[in-house]
Amino acid sequence: MAVQSDIVDDAGPYDRAKALSAFKLGDVTFYWITRLSAISVLLILGGIILSLIVGAFPAMKEYGFAFLWTQRWAPSADPPVLGALGPMYGTLVTSFIAMLIAIPVGLGIAIFLTELCPQWLRRPIGMAIELLAGIPSIIYGMWGFFVLGPFLANTFQPFMIKIFDGVPVLGAIFAGPPSYLSLFNAALILAIMVLPFITSISVDVFKTVPPVLKEAAYGVGCTTWEVVRSVVIPYTRVGIIGGVMLALGRALGETMAVTFIIGNSFRISSSIFAPGTTISAAIASEFAESDGLHQSGLILLGLLLFVLTFFVLAGARLMLMRLEKKAGK
Amino acid sequence: MNFIKTIVAAGLVAATTTAAFAADITGAGATFPFPIYSKWADAYKKETGNGLNYQSIGSGGGIKQIQAKTVTFGASDAPLKAEQLEKDGLAQWPMVMGAIVPVVNLEGVKAGELVFDGETLANIYLGKITKWDDAAIKKLNPNVKLPSDAITVVRRSDGSGTTFNFTNYLSKASADWKSKVGEGTAVEWPVGVGAKGNEGVSGNISQTKNSIGYVEYAYAKQNKLTYTGLVNKAGKPVQPTVEAFQAAASNADWAKAPGYYVILTDQPGDKSWPITAATFILMHKDATDKAASQEAIKFFRWAFKNGGKAAEELDYIPMPDSVVQLIEKTWAAEIKS
Repeated sequence: MAVQSDIVDDAGPYDRAKALSAFKLGDVTFYWITRLSAISVLLILGGIILSLIVGAFPAMKEYGFAFLWTQRWAPSADPPVLGALGPMYGTLVTSFIAMLIAIPVGLGIAIFLTELCPQWLRRPIGMAIELLAGIPSIIYGMWGFFVLGPFLANTFQPFMIKIFDGVPVLGAIFAGPPSYLSLFNAALILAIMVLPFITSISVDVFKTVPPVLKEAAYGVGCTTWEVVRSVVIPYTRVGIIGGVMLALGRALGETMAVTFIIGNSFRISSSIFAPGTTISAAIASEFAESDGLHQSGLILLGLLLFVLTFFVLAGARLMLMRLEKKAGK
Repeated sequence: MNFIKTIVAAGLVAATTTAAFAADITGAGATFPFPIYSKWADAYKKETGNGLNYQSIGSGGGIKQIQAKTVTFGASDAPLKAEQLEKDGLAQWPMVMGAIVPVVNLEGVKAGELVFDGETLANIYLGKITKWDDAAIKKLNPNVKLPSDAITVVRRSDGSGTTFNFTNYLSKASADWKSKVGEGTAVEWPVGVGAKGNEGVSGNISQTKNSIGYVEYAYAKQNKLTYTGLVNKAGKPVQPTVEAFQAAASNADWAKAPGYYVILTDQPGDKSWPITAATFILMHKDATDKAASQEAIKFFRWAFKNGGKAAEELDYIPMPDSVVQLIEKTWAAEIKS
């Protein structure tokens, strides 16, 4: 302490001002560097949107809003007939099924890991989840193509088709013939791929629940189920939804694995065992050998995915805000 | 270090010498010939010290890049029409050939046992023929035992020259196909599942029972897939062999086609394989960098002369000598030095 005060005394008023201004310069620089980095995100995003719009413009002019509800995709016709309905349908259906599977399973794993799992099992399961997130998507695609596809086509799909045969609506959804490459296979692969997002984020937010709250609940005689349902999940709802949105974002945009196993057919079929396509799979497949209107149409598809993702995420934010408001009351 | 040295050396050469020195020849385009172009480039570099930088970005990209003059040559699986060549001031010629074969996965059926004609193949891909024991298939194959199972149709999902040539053949063989689907690198497929690349289709066929697809001959051969024969324009059933592919090329009327605009499908001749395809090179007739142009021509001349064996090893088919002679004349007449 004494040494420090000596230095301050020696420095005198003039030096002190200088030192302070040097600090200030550092602060200002730091402020601007961080600010510019933050602004650059907006610039990059704007640039991407702008170039997408420029690239998509010829197709927008040619097809107008009919692009949204045209089901045909005939790039070799003269002039090309292009419509986004098939890929949009595929994107939404695969993501929906993927979330339908991944949310309960992901939350289940997270709850087990934080509330019920014996200590010695936590690390292996936790690491397995992280590994799952680290596998490149092409590997998922190949695994889906060589292992999951044949299993589903030979075992699971015939079983489902037989069970729901003749049932209204469900019969059409689970209609045959079974196929190695289908919307359902792609959705299942997507579910596995997004599982780690939901799980690891849920685990992290579950850990933020103050132990006092849980102990109090246990103290008044709650079961584990009741503690999870009435204490842990309400407390961490915002975090969970954040994780789910991140997963949904990935599911909507995932390309490589889906291209491998979705069958790449632009026709819409009522059956989820029929081949389909997604926006990103269509772009990845056809972009390299496309030109003119065809390429512009593909870029327009890209723009649509952008807008679609934006709306989904915005919708989620809205839902979150309403939830928070409700909780606030 | 080497890389930096090369750059420095190239810079020095460009700055100090008036006679342009051999820089790498640059080209871009079709993915189909990439393996043979890179093998040739390798051998050429060993012999002459001159390298070739070929980027396989797809035929469409190749055409765009040569039009934009960012490369010395472009490569495309589908040839440009004469008017288009004229407009862009481009010369075009076929470089090497491949063939497309139908492949099937049918229990008890061996390679070469089945035979199709274009009409039947088109009807399968149109979804009109859905069972293996359809009368049309039976009629062509009276001695083969065919199951009464549904046909799983497999095709390419990515835009590709293979698809262009296959659909071009179906358009020639079936009026119905021509009016309903037509030809192109990506078309509106009425039925079937799409797999990515030749490897995707091969993988799918070998896994799926009762399936049919089409792949490059090289893939069928290397993956030991059950290929089929085809009835050609002369009405003769032929098997996919190098002789049959070369017959198709020799029987094509190259001399009368401006810009070598010949699509090798459905060529006349008793021995011709009906879905043979050439891949093309595009160059500016009056290039800004004439030295680079000459370098590239030197490389192509060398490839025609010395590259045949390498091509065959990779299951490509070299251009017949008669065609190479024509191409030499084209170079002399069209490419300005």
